[in-house]
Amino acid sequence: MDQVAVEVRASYPKALATLIRLLGDFGAAEDALQEALARAVETWPRDGVPDNAVAWLVTTGRRWTIDGYRRRRVEARYIQSVVVAEAAEPAEDSVLEEALTLHVRDDLLALLFTCCHPAIAEEAQISLTLKTVAGLSVEEIARAFLVSPAAMERRLSRVKRKISEAKIPYEVPKAALLPERLRAVLAVVYLIFNEGYSASGHKQLIRVELCDEAIRLGRLLVRLFRDEPEVVGLLALLLLQHSRHRARLDQNGEIVLLDVQDRSLWDMRLTVEGRFLVEKALRMKRPGGYQVQAAIAAVHSEALAPEDTDWAQIAELYGVLERYQPSPVVTLNRAVAVAKDQGPEAGLALLQALEGSADMQRYHHFHAAKAALLAEAGRAGEAAGHFEAALGLTQNPAERRFIERKLASLS
Amino acid sequence: MLYTMLIYAAEESIENYTPEQRERCLVGHRHLQQRAKAKDAFLAAGELVSTSSATTVRRRDGKHRVVDGPFAETKEHLVGFYIFDCEDLDQALAYAKEIPHAGSGSVEVRPMAHLESVATV
Repeated sequence: MDQVAVEVRASYPKALATLIRLLGDFGAAEDALQEALARAVETWPRDGVPDNAVAWLVTTGRRWTIDGYRRRRVEARYIQSVVVAEAAEPAEDSVLEEALTLHVRDDLLALLFTCCHPAIAEEAQISLTLKTVAGLSVEEIARAFLVSPAAMERRLSRVKRKISEAKIPYEVPKAALLPERLRAVLAVVYLIFNEGYSASGHKQLIRVELCDEAIRLGRLLVRLFRDEPEVVGLLALLLLQHSRHRARLDQNGEIVLLDVQDRSLWDMRLTVEGRFLVEKALRMKRPGGYQVQAAIAAVHSEALAPEDTDWAQIAELYGVLERYQPSPVVTLNRAVAVAKDQGPEAGLALLQALEGSADMQRYHHFHAAKAALLAEAGRAGEAAGHFEAALGLTQNPAERRFIERKLASLS
Repeated sequence: MLYTMLIYAAEESIENYTPEQRERCLVGHRHLQQRAKAKDAFLAAGELVSTSSATTVRRRDGKHRVVDGPFAETKEHLVGFYIFDCEDLDQALAYAKEIPHAGSGSVEVRPMAHLESVATV
């Protein structure tokens, strides 16, 4: 398996250079190569690495680009099926007429920006995006958000009425508004993913579907905004997180923490693509929160065993993330990483800064993390107190069992 | 499409403006109105006298009740309004962001139901 990753890394620059010459366009070449790499990690482990890996990547990428014309026709059919499904609902006639006259690419984009307009409440943005852009049924969305289909239907019709009554524009926003609005679109995609990712145990199937939808939307955005590093960074983050989904729960639906996960269950295809995208994003030299989070996930994905993890680099990246997204949770993660790198006392020293935060005092992960560091530092008595505090703050049965096991192992 | 901007703010903060704050606020309103007029988007604007002079009327079961004071006792009250003619919500929101009180109070943007409703403005 790992030989494939080595080969991919070695072949990348040559294949890219050749593709740029053949296709005459840097961006198109990168896209073609990305596709070829995705196929390589799928087929090489099975069929063996080809004799001339570079030639294989170039041929595959070039053929994919030539097939692009046909792919765009398929995409157009997809849009039409969404539009036809929506046409049954009379309130949007004027919007639809306009939509049909637009170019497919602009059409889908406009739809996405309308769904994620800041004048629409966040929950409704997510539901509407899943309904119109991702094409999920009302029942599927209702199930994912644990509400009745009737309630979801009401939420959707309320937001559609607001779009038409308040005249929320159906267009890609003007340049001045674009960065802010693109952030909103990325946030919605990220929230859709988290809806699926944070689920544990029951209803797992539909939740994995949400992760898949978020990734599909992320891919779409990368195709449309390939020069926006945060867009690329978000897709990388989603792929790297999702690559671990098979290892995150055991047969009984119990949470499996990162450092004890069976890493052979990680999806190599997703980690290779995710790492490729992080590097591509970071090369654009406009870092941001999603890119840094993706970089952290990438460092984790590079460790074949937990003890190989480059904690110093992860701690440093959390420090960078604090600049883009200052929050006590990020500081907490940094403290844990620093502790892994320099020992529990160094982590505990950083946690000192969070003691005054009321949110943290109510946050069971804060107490559980602090307890683990205290235990590691040989301060079992204090550790027990914080494990108890964590127990008092979470109702989630899987988490409670996890903390109880830790508590029992102290004595 | 006509949009009404309802400006909500804490009255005492406006009453306690320093002369410089008051001047800055007025300049902001003047600029906004000039810009909107240049685009034929300006219909009306008004500043309301403080809620201490407000009277609220309700009819219940056929009987009118007239009470002293504003509609609701809250920290922020309706202190003024604008009516703009805009292409869509994004344009309306762009005007709303320019209203000086958006910085300390809030501006509620509401589409108006019918053109006729402002025929007399």
